[in-house]
Amino acid sequence: MTAAAFVAFAPFTLLGVVTIAVMLLIAIHRSHRLTALSTIIGLAFCCIALPLAAPSTPTQVTPLFIVDGTVLFYSGLVLGSALVVAVLSYVYLDGQARGPREEYYLLLLMATLGAAVLPASIHFASFFLGLETLSISLLGLIAYVSPRDYPAEAATKYLILGGAASAFLLFGMALIYIDLGTMSFAQIGVLARAGTQLDLYRLVGVAMILTGIGFKLSLVPFHMWTPDIYEGAPAPITGFIAVVSKIAVFAVILRYFILAGGQADTALRTGLAGIAILSMLGGNLLALLQNNLKRLLAYSSIAHFGYLLVAFLAAGSLGVQAAAFYLAAYAVANLGAFGIIALLNTSGAGRDTDRIEDYRGLFRTRPFLAGSLALMLLSLAGMPPTMGFIGKFYLVVAGVGAGLFWPVAALVLGSVIGLYYYLRVLVAMAMPVPDEQTCAPTAVSPLIGNALIAILLFLLLVFGTYPAPAIALIRMTIGSTP
Amino acid sequence: MILLWLLFIPAVGGVLAWAAGARHPDWPRWIALFVLIIDLLVALPLLSTATSSTIISSSVISPGQTAWIASFDRPWIPQLGISFELNLDGLSLVLILLTIVLGLASVIISWTEIRDRVGLFHANLLWSVTGVIGVFLALDLFLFFFFWELMLVPMYFLIALWGHEHRFYAAIKFFIFTQGSGLLMLVAILVLVFIHQHETGHFTFDYLALLGTKMSPTTAFWLMLGFFIAFAVKLPAVPFHTWLPDAHTEAPTAGSVLLAGILLKTGAYGLIRFVVPLFPDAAHAFAPVAMALGVIGILYAALLAFGQNDMKRLVAYSSVSHMGFVLLGVFAWNTLALQGVVMQMLAHGISTGALFILVGALQERIHTRDMRLMGGLWGTIPRLSAFGMMFAIASLGLPGLGNFIGEFLILLGSFHVSVPFTIIAATGLVAGAAYALLLVQRAFHGNAMPQPNAAKLIDLTAPHLAVMAVLALTIIGLGLYPQPVLDEVAPGLAVLQQDGAPSAGVSQQFVEETR
Repeated sequence: MTAAAFVAFAPFTLLGVVTIAVMLLIAIHRSHRLTALSTIIGLAFCCIALPLAAPSTPTQVTPLFIVDGTVLFYSGLVLGSALVVAVLSYVYLDGQARGPREEYYLLLLMATLGAAVLPASIHFASFFLGLETLSISLLGLIAYVSPRDYPAEAATKYLILGGAASAFLLFGMALIYIDLGTMSFAQIGVLARAGTQLDLYRLVGVAMILTGIGFKLSLVPFHMWTPDIYEGAPAPITGFIAVVSKIAVFAVILRYFILAGGQADTALRTGLAGIAILSMLGGNLLALLQNNLKRLLAYSSIAHFGYLLVAFLAAGSLGVQAAAFYLAAYAVANLGAFGIIALLNTSGAGRDTDRIEDYRGLFRTRPFLAGSLALMLLSLAGMPPTMGFIGKFYLVVAGVGAGLFWPVAALVLGSVIGLYYYLRVLVAMAMPVPDEQTCAPTAVSPLIGNALIAILLFLLLVFGTYPAPAIALIRMTIGSTP
Repeated sequence: MILLWLLFIPAVGGVLAWAAGARHPDWPRWIALFVLIIDLLVALPLLSTATSSTIISSSVISPGQTAWIASFDRPWIPQLGISFELNLDGLSLVLILLTIVLGLASVIISWTEIRDRVGLFHANLLWSVTGVIGVFLALDLFLFFFFWELMLVPMYFLIALWGHEHRFYAAIKFFIFTQGSGLLMLVAILVLVFIHQHETGHFTFDYLALLGTKMSPTTAFWLMLGFFIAFAVKLPAVPFHTWLPDAHTEAPTAGSVLLAGILLKTGAYGLIRFVVPLFPDAAHAFAPVAMALGVIGILYAALLAFGQNDMKRLVAYSSVSHMGFVLLGVFAWNTLALQGVVMQMLAHGISTGALFILVGALQERIHTRDMRLMGGLWGTIPRLSAFGMMFAIASLGLPGLGNFIGEFLILLGSFHVSVPFTIIAATGLVAGAAYALLLVQRAFHGNAMPQPNAAKLIDLTAPHLAVMAVLALTIIGLGLYPQPVLDEVAPGLAVLQQDGAPSAGVSQQFVEETR
């Protein structure tokens, strides 16, 4: 490894160091506050290290990783989101006194490490290792402080279904390796383009990889696990699953398809278009039936990744930029929404505050959180003046530019259906409070939580009305690399 | 710069009103009033600059001449060819003035009706005014779409939070209809932009650059349809009108006034500003269908209005009927018809707004909108009843009042284009007379129905009377001396007409077909 490679890879190395340091800290002195604080500071340093590493990019670090503008952007998104989740987790766990809480942060850091290296992966080995580091740590996190009475339920579901997905993925990688004899994305691309006919091994391999990825991104028809896990996991971790893990997987799969030349394959594109349309319509239609906000957001995230596939299919620089902007908007809005759910949590209820009827009268009882949640949901629905509006606009630009008629039609239809259920939550918040006893200001949410939501809200509105700097940043980082 | 202020003042006023609501329930009302008056004072001087600086008499405009009174252009999202481009001509100006005046009326008449979350109410009111003003000013297609969507959100909250019994249903229906059709328009905008890029190499959302983009007739037709549906839903034209009776009926009075008075006008404005000039040939080929929809709307909605027992629903259906005239006039696309359309928009905004205010005042007093429970109200509340009759007959198109000028000019203009449509549309005036007189008859005349609290029934109070007097004077003014308004919008309309003129072959063919 050269010196430049060391510098470029420094943010990830630093994250590893922080993880070990936190582990040692827990061994020496058990303190929830101290552990949380060091986690948050450590993640903040990693975020700061990213722009410092920028001058020495693009650099390939061993055959496994590359650090370029795209990595800086997506890893930045992952690390920033993880930072938000860490702060939320501190607020969320602070109210709950049962059991040791320190190892939670260790798991969180490990999951973040797995997620952060995924966008940098250019080899099946690093791809799979990152994904498994992420998934296995998540397993612990889901069960760690489950809000429900059966903590193992959601984790077991995730274990079995996630395990099956990983098996598919691994088998698919193996088949491609049999066919081409390499596990590096770039070489797969070179060999695949050189080969004249599509090999059966490779076809099955790609299909199996898609299946595995479909699970991780919860695309229809591999979406069954999503609502149960979202509901069963504690709210900050639900946010982590929805944002961090999905962004990381999306980033690596984007790179894989660009490098390995999957974009040119018509059969694959048709299949992906089908999955996209199914996800957009299926996710939105199923969300209509939900009475639980976390389940509703689970189905909405299925639809959102359907929308993102439109940008994925559009490819080209416009598609890549649209995906990046949309993911940023998605991250802000979802972190905000799950953050508000976490802040509203009342300990000892046996579940998070996640039923829609729990939100009745919220505009009156907690006006700031209700107003923020309303804007977050409007952003997910793609209304101005929020980031979601610009993001959806960008997606449609990419889709129309690439002439993707059916996916764009499904996007429009899905958005219209989607409005209905987002508005339902808004309506519930505006309804009168059901009974007077809850009307009293029950709990004042901690200042740090409110400040965090305020920051997210600020980002949501500023980049919703003046997105030029964000687009410039995306062009600067991602525009420079394919 | 002055255009930016027009937008900025109500937007910031909304924030202030919201913040002040926590202190004292009356502060937001005063803030809203103050803010709108300032906005009016900013807008009014533009009127004089317009009339003094442009040649009024000639409606013939030399090529390249523009009718902009004021402009503002700054890069906004330069990476995507989007700029913050605002332009104001006479047409935009009169519609903005209407918006501000009706906004003022809404604030005053909500003084006693809205007692709940006053700050948020006035914030939403001011923000929806901001959105509408933005729609009338934006000349960048993305900016236009931004405001188009932006005005929905506060309006949705106005209906959903302060509306009547079925407010959630009505609010969601309103939102989904308009948002869905808006997304169709977005796709159409983008296809147009990409075609333009393909042709010239520039990726831009600038309306002035996109004018005259060449494309195949089929493409033009589909794109035109994308825009048309969005505006036809908002207008609303039959068969896209079903959201309107629900939304109007369930909205609070101020919401109905804003919806009928202003939001519907954005649809008509869109047709005039975008559909025809951007796709002249396709629009002219489509004109027979659009005019037929307009005529069907006039008659069908009048018939439905006739059958309503709910007074607010009756007024709502009468709106649909009046907007049928607008659709007819826009697609007739000649000077007379377009002048009629502008007059009809202004007069309808005022008369329907006034009727909604009166229905709201009635409901506040007798707690029902059901005309079967009314009757003989003239005896107890004569001032309200007198204004009710005045605006009802304005709405049926009595000569001397603004609506007559609008409808007459539209019919005159469309007569040159299609005689059959004009004749059928004219019968709509009879239907209009029927439902308007029925309203007066059932509510104000006849035997007095025993009202549970008849003793306490008080007539219109001073603020309401002032609003009514201003609106009544305006509609009489428009009816007796409409020329200043027509002069004001003439240069703008002339430019639009020139942009929207079809290639020679198409117009000839159309005139022959309809004859």
